[in-house]
Amino acid sequence: MTDNIIKLTAAEIARRIAAGDLTAVEVTEAHLARIEAVDEKVHAFLHVDREGALAQARAVDEKRARGEKLGPLAGVPLALKDIFTTVGMPTTVGSKILEGWIPPYDATLVKNLKAADVVILGKTNMDEFAMGSSTENSAYGPTGNPWDLTRIPGGSGGGSSAALAAYEAPLAIGTDTGGSIRQPAAVTGTVGVKPTYGGVSRYGMVAFSSSLDQGGPCARTVLDAALLHEAIAGHDPLDSTSIDAPVPPVVEAALSGSVGGMRVGVVKQFRGEGYQAGVVQRFDESVELLRSLGAEIVELDCPTFDLALSAYYLIAPSECSSNLARFDAMRYGLRVGDDGTRSAEDVTALTREAGFGDEVKRRIILGTYALSSGYYDAYYGSAQKVRTLITREFEKAFEEVDVIVSPTTPTTAFPIGERADDPMAMYLADLCTIPTNLAGNAAMSLPCGLAPEDGLPVGLQIIAPAMKDDRLYKVGAAVEAAFVEKWGHPLLEEAPSL
Amino acid sequence: MPGITREEVAHLARLARLELKGEELDHFAGQLDDIIGAVARVSEVADQDVPPTSHPLPLTNVMRADEVRPSLTPEQALSGAPAQEQQRFKVPQILGED
Amino acid sequence: MTVTELLSYEAALAEYDPVMGLEVHVELGTRTKMFCGCSTELGAEPNSQTCPTCLGMPGSLPVVNAIGVESAIKIGLALHCEIAEWCRFARKNYFYPDMPKNFQTSQYDEPIAFNGYLDVQLEDGEIFRVEIERAHMEEDTGKSLHVGGATGRIHGASHSLLDYNRAGIPLIEIVTKPIEGAGERAPEVAKAYVAELRELIRALGVSDARMDKGQMRCDVNLSLRPHGTKTFGTRSETKNVNSLRSVERAARFEIQRHAAVLTSGGTIVQETRHFHEDDGSTTSGRIKDNAEDYRYFPEPDLVPVAPAREWIEELRKGLPELPRVRRNRLREEWGVSELDMQSILNAGAVDAIVATIEAGADAASARKWWMGELARNANEQGVSLEELAITPADVARVSALVASGDLNDKLARQVIEGVLAGEGTPDAVVEKRGLKVVSDDGALGTAVDEAIAGNAAIADKIRGGKVAAVGALVGAVMKATRGQADAAKVKDLILEKLGVSEG
Ligand SMILES: [Mg+2]
Ligand SMILES: [Zn+2]
Repeated sequence: MTDNIIKLTAAEIARRIAAGDLTAVEVTEAHLARIEAVDEKVHAFLHVDREGALAQARAVDEKRARGEKLGPLAGVPLALKDIFTTVGMPTTVGSKILEGWIPPYDATLVKNLKAADVVILGKTNMDEFAMGSSTENSAYGPTGNPWDLTRIPGGSGGGSSAALAAYEAPLAIGTDTGGSIRQPAAVTGTVGVKPTYGGVSRYGMVAFSSSLDQGGPCARTVLDAALLHEAIAGHDPLDSTSIDAPVPPVVEAALSGSVGGMRVGVVKQFRGEGYQAGVVQRFDESVELLRSLGAEIVELDCPTFDLALSAYYLIAPSECSSNLARFDAMRYGLRVGDDGTRSAEDVTALTREAGFGDEVKRRIILGTYALSSGYYDAYYGSAQKVRTLITREFEKAFEEVDVIVSPTTPTTAFPIGERADDPMAMYLADLCTIPTNLAGNAAMSLPCGLAPEDGLPVGLQIIAPAMKDDRLYKVGAAVEAAFVEKWGHPLLEEAPSL
Repeated sequence: MPGITREEVAHLARLARLELKGEELDHFAGQLDDIIGAVARVSEVADQDVPPTSHPLPLTNVMRADEVRPSLTPEQALSGAPAQEQQRFKVPQILGED
Repeated sequence: MTVTELLSYEAALAEYDPVMGLEVHVELGTRTKMFCGCSTELGAEPNSQTCPTCLGMPGSLPVVNAIGVESAIKIGLALHCEIAEWCRFARKNYFYPDMPKNFQTSQYDEPIAFNGYLDVQLEDGEIFRVEIERAHMEEDTGKSLHVGGATGRIHGASHSLLDYNRAGIPLIEIVTKPIEGAGERAPEVAKAYVAELRELIRALGVSDARMDKGQMRCDVNLSLRPHGTKTFGTRSETKNVNSLRSVERAARFEIQRHAAVLTSGGTIVQETRHFHEDDGSTTSGRIKDNAEDYRYFPEPDLVPVAPAREWIEELRKGLPELPRVRRNRLREEWGVSELDMQSILNAGAVDAIVATIEAGADAASARKWWMGELARNANEQGVSLEELAITPADVARVSALVASGDLNDKLARQVIEGVLAGEGTPDAVVEKRGLKVVSDDGALGTAVDEAIAGNAAIADKIRGGKVAAVGALVGAVMKATRGQADAAKVKDLILEKLGVSEG
């Protein structure tokens, strides 16, 4: 029974709870049991809120018993990236500097989840402050990829994707600054969506790079992602950069997947050196699949995309150097070295030295450098010009096509430790995902097969214009249905059992 | 493009309030030199006459009415404080400005 | 305290030409903070007006207060500034424990208002134009309490206690262009500018601008250059000079200090200086070297402010009469000279006189009381007129009692004294102290008869036509009635009894 419950989709769980075939408590207990059984190996979670989850589940069951109408995700368990503030639950952002911090307020996204009666199981592991592509930068130890526990689950939201792939939760939340939802989805064979910038409130989401960060849904199916997308998206007056417009009809799109008559762009710059052969092969097959489903394929040239990674590694560190200045040992979090003789200044410096990991320090220094007088124009200023050019190239491309497709990430999951001390190699994991963050438009990753050489999942990225998030779901649902039909089952069923 | 020296890293670390250890300075200086060498490519567009984009959204004038909203209680505000006294955040002696 | 060498003011000015820059921070009187909905009410319990945003908690975000922007535009317009069509907030990055995010959300190269001026009137009536560089929006810091030191100061303290109620309160920073050509009047110009700015801010209704409450704070930047040269010398930045008098003193002190350093062949260090109210001196603060690098960049958590032109014109139309224009109008209405108006302004009596007239007094008597009796009293107590324990309505009442003949000037002064001493309203003081003009004709008639009898020679002179001599008899009667008689009435009575008519 438990085995069946944990393999159900979110949509199916909600349907059965609403119909009275399952209780929310049963569903929650099944997932808590699964976590108990496998998370020691996977280490997807930093914190499991057993009592809180069961209380939420009971509330859903009581609501149903009272005859109240349940929402489309009522009673469905979810794994929350540990970057959102939660009243009564620790929020560490994968960092020692916030160890034990229990926020006095809920993020807007968390409020939205609670309002949708989603059951929050706990907080998932991540690269410290969302900086990384492997979850190895977590101060609390790495997360294993359920396909091969010696490999990385992607990052920064590796915990959320691993939780989905390990059937510890049918839904998860991630955040995507340079690919932190999509790249983990790709390497774990799951679905992840970076909504249009401003589509999901950032209030209560600990900032890494404010102009790039965007929270979004992670799931095992396109429809589940759409249901979650709808639950968390929408205007928030507490976030000045939140879009005050109706949420695109993502669920409707996921329910009516098709690509017939659509024009799909393939960007020349998203292949070549550094791309694994099996990844390119699965991508090319996906393009063929799209063509066979009735899409028209259009070749695109976006030369500035080659500068995206460089621009990103100036903009994101610059913003993070300022965003992370607040971690100073004065008001919350870690305090080191306060022996009664040291100054506040020294205690701040000692605490930041002890509380931040290497990658965070590297980026703070890089960002401090890029913003400092004498360098600002050459680095930060030029990076922002690149941003303009990339946005223009996207705009031009979307005059010709409805969506763009690419591999999500150039390689499949690499072994834990392989790139740990080679930042430049690590940064390449986000080669295909970064342009979207710079331009602010929407993108999805969904599984498109296993790379022949290593048998690990490959992700297909779909990119849509800003506020056309529904196109991702329309195309994604069609591709997903075609692949499942071709494979005879969802890709994740090929993962070794834990 | 100039690279980055150990001294520069030390200066940046001071600006960023990071008490880096000696070996960290060496380690970071090498890595940052590589990274900066790579990302300096952006300056290829420095002379192009395009406006910088600091933000992906074309929004302007997002403001709120001047209406009081509930604050946290002092207990909530201070709940994460490493130290407190007299309902205030207790911090080590502050250097500098009087 | 280290002794600072000073050159005499005259010697300094003989040699050098001062250039000043004034930076004034005004705390707006909005109900809520600049970027969050916390109350700005003064006097609340520590940390009771804070939220995730103004505490800089992880995940929190700012949202701009619309009245903060509106106030900034009003100030800009009143200072004859251009208003930006599009501008942004920027982060000013530096670490300080009273600043929760360790960056101040401010504006950098895109201020909301720029290129304006403020005409200020000096004590002799001369108008001096102070050019305005910019006015921009930013936020205040929290307050620290230094514990363990001898004087509550930062030096020697063992630790500090932080209250963030003030953190995030909207500030408008108003920066002048370099003020050149003021010469020996530089300190006076500085004071007059800050005074005029304060009047302006109050007239706009955007802040009470109470310097004693820290709602308006001034930094005085000053440098000297030898007469006849164009390039500016190295400047010092004297921080937080928080009264009009201090602004003048700080400028004067720095002129003398700079001159002493320069004439002795030394160089001025670019540094911040602290002003000391007790002796008017400044002492060295933080040296501004290259290590200071605020790494400004556009605030990514806020979107640009692009005030619509129609809105700006609407605000422009709604601007109140500017203080100097208003003073000129009042001067004409009251029929006083430029010089008298200037002393009324210097005494801070304009609003009190206006309010007294509004409460029914005539202009002359309102002016007479505030500029005479009350100004003297305030001066003796070392307080401002508005801090005196008397209202314009009280003064209007006193003046009505005089007009009706119930009080004479002397008695009126006693009534005012009673009101200031907290004895109640003018009528209550009259009642309690029994201060009424003696108008009982019987009693007065007796006093008059006695005066005539006792001063027969003078009475004869008057009968003989020297009417001017009546004053002596009036004086005698007043003395006999201990001042409680109406002098005019006494005079009439004496003349009547002596059978003389005036004129
Ligand atoms: Mg300022
Ligand atoms: Zn607040």
